[in-house]
Amino acid sequence: MVQLSINGRQYDVDAESDTPLLFVLRDSLGLNGTKYGCGIGQCGACTVLLDGQATRSCQIPLESVGTQAVTTIEAIEQDPVGARVVTAWVGIEVPQCGYCQSGQVMAATSLLKQTPKPSEDDIAGAMTNLCRCGTYNAIAAAVRQAAA
Amino acid sequence: MNDLTPLRRTIVREPVRNLSRRGFLGAASGALLLGVGMRLSPAAAQARAEGAAAIAPKPGTRISAFLEIRPDSSVRLLSPFVEGGQGINTGLAQTIGEELDLNPARFAVECAPPGPDYAVVNGLRMTGGSFSTRSSFEAMRRLGATAREMLMRAAAANLAVPQDSLTTDDGRVIHAASGRSLEYGALAGAALALQPRDDIALKDRRDFRWIGKPVARLDMRDKSTGRAVYSIDIRLDGMLHAAVQHAPHLGTEPETIANEAEVRDMPGVQGVHRLPGAVAVVADTWWRARKGAEALQVAWTKPAPEGIATVSESFSSAAMLAALKGTNEPGVSAESEGDPTGAFKGAAQVVEAEYDAPYLAHAQLEPPSAVARFTEDGSLDLWLPNQMPELFQQVAAKTAGLDPEKVRIHSPMLGGFFGRHFYYGPANPFPQAILLAKATGKPMRVLWSREEEFGMDAVRPLGFARFKAALGHDGMPVALQTTAVGEGPIGRWFGALFKSPVDSSVVEGLDRKPYAIPNRRLDYVKVLHPVTIAFWRSVGHSMNDYFYESFLDEIAQAGGKDPFALRMALLKESARHRTLLQAAADLAGGWRQGPFQAEDGTRRARGVSMASPFGSETATIAEVSLKDGEARVHDLWIAIDPGSVVNPAIVKRQVESAAALGLSSTLLEQVVYEGGKRQARNFDAYPILDRDRMPKVHVTIVESRAPMGGIGEPGLPGVPPAVVNAVAVLTGQRLRSLPLAKARLSGA
Repeated sequence: MVQLSINGRQYDVDAESDTPLLFVLRDSLGLNGTKYGCGIGQCGACTVLLDGQATRSCQIPLESVGTQAVTTIEAIEQDPVGARVVTAWVGIEVPQCGYCQSGQVMAATSLLKQTPKPSEDDIAGAMTNLCRCGTYNAIAAAVRQAAA
Repeated sequence: MNDLTPLRRTIVREPVRNLSRRGFLGAASGALLLGVGMRLSPAAAQARAEGAAAIAPKPGTRISAFLEIRPDSSVRLLSPFVEGGQGINTGLAQTIGEELDLNPARFAVECAPPGPDYAVVNGLRMTGGSFSTRSSFEAMRRLGATAREMLMRAAAANLAVPQDSLTTDDGRVIHAASGRSLEYGALAGAALALQPRDDIALKDRRDFRWIGKPVARLDMRDKSTGRAVYSIDIRLDGMLHAAVQHAPHLGTEPETIANEAEVRDMPGVQGVHRLPGAVAVVADTWWRARKGAEALQVAWTKPAPEGIATVSESFSSAAMLAALKGTNEPGVSAESEGDPTGAFKGAAQVVEAEYDAPYLAHAQLEPPSAVARFTEDGSLDLWLPNQMPELFQQVAAKTAGLDPEKVRIHSPMLGGFFGRHFYYGPANPFPQAILLAKATGKPMRVLWSREEEFGMDAVRPLGFARFKAALGHDGMPVALQTTAVGEGPIGRWFGALFKSPVDSSVVEGLDRKPYAIPNRRLDYVKVLHPVTIAFWRSVGHSMNDYFYESFLDEIAQAGGKDPFALRMALLKESARHRTLLQAAADLAGGWRQGPFQAEDGTRRARGVSMASPFGSETATIAEVSLKDGEARVHDLWIAIDPGSVVNPAIVKRQVESAAALGLSSTLLEQVVYEGGKRQARNFDAYPILDRDRMPKVHVTIVESRAPMGGIGEPGLPGVPPAVVNAVAVLTGQRLRSLPLAKARLSGA
């Protein structure tokens, strides 16, 4: 049994220690907002925050989460920066199919928490998640708006 | 897949009628349920004409529900279409809301279960071919208008006033003279009892309040907060999870499993099951199932040693392309005009070229899954990504050994569309879910890992075309002979329906061009692919417009013409196309081919192209430079003429999205087979367009008022040729094979 702190709550998780955090969230805890895309840290659909830092949860085995605070998309609007990001995402109408957008919102929130006024290079460096619908320009516009 | 248009026949307007209202939706009383009848097939129409339908509805004529007006005047809309990012839910809410006089924001839209009444795409039901809006626009408006009239009639009775003294305003019927008004929600029950009229006039376009406006999309908040539910998110009580290992060669079967007992003993594993072309591990969580599936040591039956008739031990995409190139049969005529043979005899110059494009993966970000549950009465619930519920219902019923009526299809939102979710035989996980649910007696979820998806996805066919043009002494083309070789998804999956000797999905984009080239011949040579082939956003256009429009630039070069000027000249018979091409140039600040030096010091060039996909017209200009041996696309300017639009904001975003996919295929993508196996199994080996390579995309909409065309796909086909044409200016090299990543590019 492993204790996790997720979205301000404590959870007891019974899973093998090598289970990726992504599948702990989705399958053990029913937090389905975090998405499985590639499983190898390439696409970023599974991005969550670990102590505020955007992290690809498919690459984080359960045993290495430890006491780090996990924030998922389900709680993103409880964070003031996250709430601003969501408002920008909705206002600019970023999503198309929407499947990658949980991860995109998490990555944007992490960026703006660390760099409230990001440069274009900062945005390019942080917003590396894949979007098959090609919403990249809208994503960048929403990050700029949330930063403003 | 323009070939679905031959199915277009006069859609007889059926009166909108009440249905037995508790039956279908099981909705609360007081809900107003309406349906619109559409013809399903000539046979059904015949049956109806024979009269019994007047008493007992027959298949194809039975009316089912679209609208439920709730007590709070919000609407639940059961849509014929599935939402996958194209914005159809919002577009339908605008279209119906316009005539119903209800704000689209008050609609909740979900994909309807199977039912003949949803066959609104020329007698079929599907979400594809960029057909949704253009095929249903009139019917959906009529649905809203008819509902509004019933609500007004109910209000007239309620208020004891003449109906023509009433007006409506956003969910309210108003009697201005007395200042009284009634909410739609309060009237819905009484309106239900009324006989719908079938002669309600539709609004004049000039009075539109929501159609044609950039109305906010309905699904933005859910999709920005992780609340949108996709097939992969479906969870049922008592459900088990399955992961699969597929045969390395398509068509081979599992023989022995060396470590079956060990895998059965792995944590959480409940069973190991042999399936057609696969072995599944069932467990209490998917991760445990997957670990089991990956651990399986399976010996498979042997594929054929060689050849392209099957996915043999030596099959490769290179061998397949060589086979297409080596085909010299005359083929079947797909289009013929004038006297090409004579024109070639008198030609001042002849230009020839061969083009090819690779197999492509859909690579939608949601890996495919399916959930199957048998209920105690022996019926089956199935949740799965799909673009054609009735077709999946038929196949599922056959797989389960049930009557189709015993199969309930649930169609959640799609985590990426791109043509992935038609029925493609072994490329669909749902038959596995059915077989495993049956074998275990438990609700079963099958999820393919990304690696299994890259292995099993149905691919955009590899394609090949041969061109030969005759130029006159003035440098203008006088004859064009084109041969398209291969097989397309229409022939593969809908061949029985269309029966044409020419596979439209192989020749679309090569035929019906707007250019005034007087002598033309287009032939189709059928060569079958052994791999599972698919529709892929813009289908045949995704490569054929590249082939054609790049070759057109070769013609221009040979004839000493500017490619933009040549197109303008060849469009002399079509004001619509000239207007559109000029609109793209205007958007780009004027046409110039270059090369020229940009403000940032880079050496750039522009390429231009046109396309006529899915009933719409596009003109595209790309601005490109070279960096580190790669093409860098800075800007895409796209003018689209879909006749008219419902939501210009959605249209622009769809065009941008399609352009991104087109650019991705131009620069990066190819599914490569070697030794009968696909080489790339994840995004590390199958790169797709990332943020770094995303250009600025500028879109302008030209509404010519021509018949409404499609939106989801048309933005794509113009991008590959526009980019390649610009690259040819920069490098002096004509690249006749995609993707560009195969070549290291350098300046001329």
